[in-house]
Amino acid sequence: MISRENIRRVTLLSPSLTMLFVMIGLPLAILAWISLLQRGVTSGVDWSAPLGLDNYIRLLWEEDFDGTIFFHTRYLEVVLRSVLLAAGTTFFCIIVGVPAALWMASLPKRGRDVIVLLITIPFWTSLLVRNYAWLIILRDDGSVNWVVNALIPGDDVGLLYTNTAVFIGLVYSFLPFMILPIYAVFEKFDWSLLEAAYDLGAGRARAFRKVMLPIAMPGITAGAMLVFIPCLGAFITPALLGGGKTLMIGNLIQLQFGPSRNWPFGASISIVLLALMMLFLMGLALWKNRRSQ
Amino acid sequence: MKWTNIVATGLLGLTVGAPVAAQEAEKVLYFYNWTDYYPIELLDKFKTETGIEVILDGYDSNDTLIAKLQSGGANYDVIVPSGYLISGLVQDGLIQKINTAEMENFPTLRDSFKSPEFDPAREYTAPYLWGVTGIAYDSDVVPEAEMTDSWKEIFEPREEFIGNIAMLDIPADAISAASWYLGIPQCTESSEDAKRILEVLEAQKPKLKFYSADSTVDRMASGEVAMYMLWNGATARAAAQRESIRFIYPEEGTPQFTDNFAVPINAPHPENAKIFINWMMAPENAAAVSNAIAYANAVQSEEFMSDQWKNIEAINMPEEFSDRLRPTEDCSPTARDLRDKIWTRLKG
Repeated sequence: MISRENIRRVTLLSPSLTMLFVMIGLPLAILAWISLLQRGVTSGVDWSAPLGLDNYIRLLWEEDFDGTIFFHTRYLEVVLRSVLLAAGTTFFCIIVGVPAALWMASLPKRGRDVIVLLITIPFWTSLLVRNYAWLIILRDDGSVNWVVNALIPGDDVGLLYTNTAVFIGLVYSFLPFMILPIYAVFEKFDWSLLEAAYDLGAGRARAFRKVMLPIAMPGITAGAMLVFIPCLGAFITPALLGGGKTLMIGNLIQLQFGPSRNWPFGASISIVLLALMMLFLMGLALWKNRRSQ
Repeated sequence: MKWTNIVATGLLGLTVGAPVAAQEAEKVLYFYNWTDYYPIELLDKFKTETGIEVILDGYDSNDTLIAKLQSGGANYDVIVPSGYLISGLVQDGLIQKINTAEMENFPTLRDSFKSPEFDPAREYTAPYLWGVTGIAYDSDVVPEAEMTDSWKEIFEPREEFIGNIAMLDIPADAISAASWYLGIPQCTESSEDAKRILEVLEAQKPKLKFYSADSTVDRMASGEVAMYMLWNGATARAAAQRESIRFIYPEEGTPQFTDNFAVPINAPHPENAKIFINWMMAPENAAAVSNAIAYANAVQSEEFMSDQWKNIEAINMPEEFSDRLRPTEDCSPTARDLRDKIWTRLKG
C-alpha cells in the first residue's frame, strides 16, 4: 500500500537522496569497480580488462622471480603505521581535550564564547597553510629550537622531518574536533550532580571517574570518531612535516594515482582504507551497545 | 510537489556537469605549469599585447600532471609536459594537434628543437625550456675538499653534508639517479637491479633531511640544506642568492629534460592557447623567461639574454660535459611497477 503520506515523504526526501546517490554512492561504486580492473599501458585504467581481485591480492602476496607466491608485509606496515599514528593522535587528543573542555565549561558564559571562537579560528585558514606554519615553527632556526636551546644549551633539536613532527602536526590539526564535542556535553552538565557525588563521599578522582566521565562519553566517542577517521587518511601532514620520509595510507594512495600511475591499485587501497574505517565505526557501535546494556 | 523535482533535476544537472560551451571569444587562458617555472610579470605583458588574461596554476611533477589530465576534470588550455611523456599523451588522446610547425614564430627555434624524436613534425608540441638534473651543493661546507663529478657525492656523502641533504620527492628522478650511479639502465625491468637500487637509496635515507620537490630554490638558498639533488636552473637561482652554491654534472649520466607546451584535448580555449604558444616562441619573450628563471630556452634569442647568469656554472655547462647528458625516458609498466616497489619499500 502506497499511502499519500509515503509519497510525500519520498518526494520531500528526494533531493537529499539524489544528492547522496550522485555524490557519494555513484563515485564509490566507480571506485570499487576500478579497483577490480587493471591499469592502462601508458596511464589511466584499462576499462576492458576482466574483473578480478588481483589488486587486493597484491596488497599481501607477491610473485617472486621464480614465480612462487609469497606473503609480504610491505603495505601492511604502512597500514599499521597509519592506524597506530591515528590511534595515538586520538588518544593524545582525548588526554588534552577532556581537561580543556571541562575548563571551558566551568567558565562564565562570555568566557566560553570567546574560547569557542578562539578554537575555531584556525579553521578560517586552510590545513595546508597551518601545516606550513608548523614547518617554520619546528625548523632548526625556528622558535621551538630556539626556546629549547635557550633552556638547555646544546645541539639543534632536529624535530622537523621526523615522526614526532608528524604527530605534533596531526594532534594540532585535529584537536578542535575532540574539544568541541566534549565541550558540548560538559556545557549542559548539571554541576549539582558533582556536589551530590561529594556528599555521598566520593573524592575528586572518583567523582570524575564515576560521574563526569560517563556523562562525557558520548562527546568523547564522537570526538574520537572525528579525529581517528580523518587522521587515518591524513596526507598533507606526513608529506610536509615528515619530509616525505615515511608513508601513511594517504601517501600510499597518492603514490598510486600519481608517480606509479596505477589507479586500480590505488582504488583498491582506498577501498581497504574505507573498510578499516567501517570496522572502526562498527567496533565503536558494538562497544557502545554493550556498555548501555 | 513540483518544486522538489525541479531542485532535484537541477542538482543532477550540476553534478553531472555539462561541459562548458565553446567560449572562443572569451579572453582567458588556463595555464598549468610546473611551480616556479614561469615569470609571472611576463603574463602582464602577454595581456597587454593580446588582451588575453592568463590564469596560472602549478604542479610539482609530471605524474601530478598526468593524474590531472587522466581524471579529465581539469580544463587547462596549456600544459608543460616533459618530452618523454609526449608519445604516451598522444597515444592516449590526451593532447590535441596544434601544428606548431605552421606557426609564425616557428622559424626562430633552434634547429635542434625543430624535429624532436617524440614529435618529429612538431604537430602537438612546442619547446619551452630544457635543463639537467644534477647535484647542487654549498661549497662553503667543504672549503678544502675537491668534489668529484659523481653521483657518489650524494649517495655516499661526505661527513660534512650528512643530515643536510635533500632528494627530489619524485620517484622517477631519485630512482634514475641511483640507477646512473650504479650503471643500471634508467628503465630497468630486472628485479636484481631494483634490489641494488633500493639498497643504495636505503643506505642514503638516514643521511637525508627530507624528500621534496617544492620550494627547492628557497630551501637551497636559505641554507636549510647544503646539498640537493636538483635541476640546474633552480640551482642557478639559488646561487644568485648564495654565491657559494655549486653544481655537479654527474659523469655517470646527467638526466636531461626538455619541457614542451601542449594543449589538452578538452582545452576550453585552444585558439588562445595557440596564440600564447606562438607568442612564447618570439625571441624576446623566450629570453625574458630564461633571464628570469635561469633555464635555457629553445629559441635563437641571444641578443635578448642578460649577463647575470654568465658566471654561474649550473647553467653554463662546459662543452666537454655534453656526452654526460642522458635524455629522460618513459618507462614500461613493468619498470614502473619495480619503481613503485622500490619507493614503497624505501619509504615504508
